[in-house]
Amino acid sequence: MKGTKRALALALGLALAAPAFAQAPIRIGEINSYKAQAAFLDPYRKGMELAVEQANAAGGVNGRRIEVVLRDDNANPGDAVRMAEELVSAEKVDLLAGGFLSNIGVALADFAKQRKTFYLASEPLTNKIVWEGGNRYTYRLRPSTYMQAAMLAPEAAKLKKKRWAFVYPNYEYGQSAVATFKALLKAAQPDVEFVSDQATPLGKIDAGAVAQALGDAKPDAIFNVLFAADLAKFVREGNTRGLFKDVSVVSLLTGEPEYLDPLKDEAPTGWIVTGYPWYAIDTPAHKAFLDAYQKKYSDYPRLGSIVGYSTIQAIVAGLKKAGATDTDKVVAAFKGLEFDSPIGKVKFRPQDNQSTMGAYVGRTAVKDGKGVMVDFVYRDGADFQPSDEDVKKLRPAD
Amino acid sequence: MSLSGILVQMLNGLASASTLFLLASGLSLIFGVTRIVNFAHGSLFMLGAYIAWSLTERMSGALGFWAAMGLSALAVGAIGAAIEMLLLRRIYRAPELFQLLATFALTLVVRDAVLGVWGSEDLLGPRAPGLSGSVEILGRRFPQYDLALIVIGPLVLALVWLLLRRTRWGALVRAATQDREMVGALGVNQSLLFTSVFALGAALAGLGGALQLPREPASAGLDLAAIGDAFVVVVVGGMGSLPGAFVAALLIAEIKALCIALGTWSLPWGGTISFPKFTLVAEFLVMAIVLVVRPWGLMGKPQAAVRTGAPPETPLAPADATTRIIGFATLGALAALPLIVGVGSYALVLSIDIFIGVLFAVSLHFVMGPGGMHSFGHAAYFGLGAYASGLLLKSAGLPMELALVMSILGGALGAFVFGWFCVRLSGVYFAMLTLAFGQIVWSVVFQWDEVTGGSNGVIGVWPAPWLAAKQTYYYLALACCVAGVLLLRRILFSPFGYALRATRDSVLRSDAIGIDVQRIQWIAFIVAGAVCGLAGGLFAFSKGSISPETISVGRSIDGLVMVLLGGVETLSGPIVGAAAFLFLQDSIARHIEYWRAMLGLLILVLVLAFPDGIVGAVRKRLGKGSQQT
Repeated sequence: MKGTKRALALALGLALAAPAFAQAPIRIGEINSYKAQAAFLDPYRKGMELAVEQANAAGGVNGRRIEVVLRDDNANPGDAVRMAEELVSAEKVDLLAGGFLSNIGVALADFAKQRKTFYLASEPLTNKIVWEGGNRYTYRLRPSTYMQAAMLAPEAAKLKKKRWAFVYPNYEYGQSAVATFKALLKAAQPDVEFVSDQATPLGKIDAGAVAQALGDAKPDAIFNVLFAADLAKFVREGNTRGLFKDVSVVSLLTGEPEYLDPLKDEAPTGWIVTGYPWYAIDTPAHKAFLDAYQKKYSDYPRLGSIVGYSTIQAIVAGLKKAGATDTDKVVAAFKGLEFDSPIGKVKFRPQDNQSTMGAYVGRTAVKDGKGVMVDFVYRDGADFQPSDEDVKKLRPAD
Repeated sequence: MSLSGILVQMLNGLASASTLFLLASGLSLIFGVTRIVNFAHGSLFMLGAYIAWSLTERMSGALGFWAAMGLSALAVGAIGAAIEMLLLRRIYRAPELFQLLATFALTLVVRDAVLGVWGSEDLLGPRAPGLSGSVEILGRRFPQYDLALIVIGPLVLALVWLLLRRTRWGALVRAATQDREMVGALGVNQSLLFTSVFALGAALAGLGGALQLPREPASAGLDLAAIGDAFVVVVVGGMGSLPGAFVAALLIAEIKALCIALGTWSLPWGGTISFPKFTLVAEFLVMAIVLVVRPWGLMGKPQAAVRTGAPPETPLAPADATTRIIGFATLGALAALPLIVGVGSYALVLSIDIFIGVLFAVSLHFVMGPGGMHSFGHAAYFGLGAYASGLLLKSAGLPMELALVMSILGGALGAFVFGWFCVRLSGVYFAMLTLAFGQIVWSVVFQWDEVTGGSNGVIGVWPAPWLAAKQTYYYLALACCVAGVLLLRRILFSPFGYALRATRDSVLRSDAIGIDVQRIQWIAFIVAGAVCGLAGGLFAFSKGSISPETISVGRSIDGLVMVLLGGVETLSGPIVGAAAFLFLQDSIARHIEYWRAMLGLLILVLVLAFPDGIVGAVRKRLGKGSQQT
């Protein structure tokens, strides 16, 4: 493997290599399923590129330019770990970031622990990455499955609906979202009844049959965890079959442009969802981000763009605070680290390395033939956590 | 749950069955005549959906919509014809299954092409004009379009059936399905026949994809979702039998609808059973049961002996001097590698992956080449080995060294159980039963959260401290790999190995001279499972974590690709194939954005340049065609 074409390595931010940087750049190794999960990760990559460009234009970090080395993991944990090895040993990156699928996220987290390398898990949602599988080297940016389900449970309890039905993809993400939601809803509203559970194979939902089975259970409300193509199929069948008539729906992630936009004018109305209403957030921080993003790409940002952008922001803030790139200092700097993301102030919790990045909770509507979120509020992730004692029980000591 | 509810669910099942049938019918036709295991069939289905989306964007109204459906089918049919003429036609004389490699490469290319042309966002198509609403059936609203689908499925079956029964072309197709050599000998233009069958099969897949558009968005994952279903339906129905495919599609779709309708039940002895969860694996359960009971599917006949265009395989011979020298030189170089590249080098990491890949490929080759049993679910034994190691280490607290040894047992045990069923079958049915077992193991591991960690898998599976250094683990992996390769090689030149090769070459003759065919095959299967399990164990400790991905179809297919790429008729083929495939994938994936397309194109080039695999081609070039080592 000597003499591999390392020169071809995809390095970001080269265009802005200002002559002012005398020292070698800080290298970030970024591993993701770019091709297998392109709908989320194309915008993610753009968000990252924008943040790198801005950080370097502002003088880099500690006088050094930052540079991202991208690797595609083929949606395969074994390949992801090999790429991580390569980034650490051959590319000499200073830290690792990325991960979309949860099984890849936990594999990389465990690799980071074994190799004593800093890893910022930007996207994987599984609770395991900060709890059962957590370790001091791994931090996670996006709000976890638990947090997002916890943001929706109080809204669901306000509906005062008695009979609930559930539909979710049949793997850990769906299962744990439903389990969290059920537990929190039951605590808030003890008389609630769970009348139907439909666990569907990821990417292969039999939407007609599922919609009918849910309808036959005569629920007052439905909690949905489906996303992407499964969601589109389910929504279309549900609309045709009148499933959503007089039934409230609470739905995870559905307000994210990645999943809402493909539905166009068939987007559901009145669903209570988590998501990212980029068109209606009028904080100065988000405005600045939106303008810069649209100027650079002539396209609007998706949630992936925010996650990619904030990943770089978090790393820049952490490295600045650490004042160095060696792992122990970076790990220590991330404890309690705060930075301003486009959607609000984010802090990495010292007790479990989870960030407090939140999500927008609102209702879906259709406007100008497109699905949008209305009446939304930003829910700060800090407010939707289990108690510190519970976290302590779940998470192995460092 | 009411009776009317079940009845309407049965109607849902009928609608899904139509889609499944359209998808599978083309595959069945293609296999029947050309014997090509067309992995790209799912990609053709996906292309149908995407092309239909583009057309419906431009053509509105009822007429435009249905015209778009038809045009999509035609377009995909044309693509199919092009694939047959430009690619497959050149490799019909290659060893059996080699065409699979070409179609696999096509799936990689199509997947990236779709991303490049249509972008990454899912594309939801329009509803069918005039059929966008619902009708009331038994107090429930049922989509009009689903009713249309229920009619279209049988209609297509009838049309194709008429085409096959009432036209000269159909007679030729049926004749070729039974004995294509004879058809050729009688002066029929085989090329034209093959091209037209492939085009028709592709068009049916394209039509299926297009007609699915009002029900689901065109997305880049459609191909994978479709291809598994297509194979299952074809095999359950019986390869080459269209009515069989229709019955199988009905059976599977109805069982799934029923599972969904049943919902969650409490068991009398406590606990609950969730029927909807079975939809994850329902089709494979059905396939396993059907194949165990009816070895040729519901309506299939025993496969006619295929007199392939490929020359008969030359017997294996022990390594000659040159091969030995090359072998020892390679081994010496590998032993010295850590000293040359340095102990922390990435070359070692990649080499460990390659050793594991080689062990995996060689164990697959053992049953596939000399054994003549095409396993499409070999990842099951890899995964069982990996999980045996991982779980014994984490849950039972076994020392790492012992846990690694137990991976051999894990793989062997799986092969012991599943092999018993599989060796009763042959040809494609054997392949599909191994695939079914692989999927069943996968779904159990995937869902059994408490024990296997579910979809996230098991983490913290690291080697013991004295093996943790990269170069130490490198030598461990190298030693295991060499031991495994030499063991399998030794077995092939033992009396058992000769008996195994005899069972492949002629079941009847081996039976007549007193060889217990199924027993020999079963033992071979277990030996391969054991070696494959070791590969899985090595994998687990090299990555520190395992997840259901280790058992996935994707890994099984990778194994097939490695063996075929190197050359199935040689013993060093799988070694070279695994090394080449893994090295290429790694270096391309790291440096090129559209790396899947690039890898696919490269495999296509290799396929066209070396129809005997890399090693086979080298042998021929050196004029050693008579000795396959």
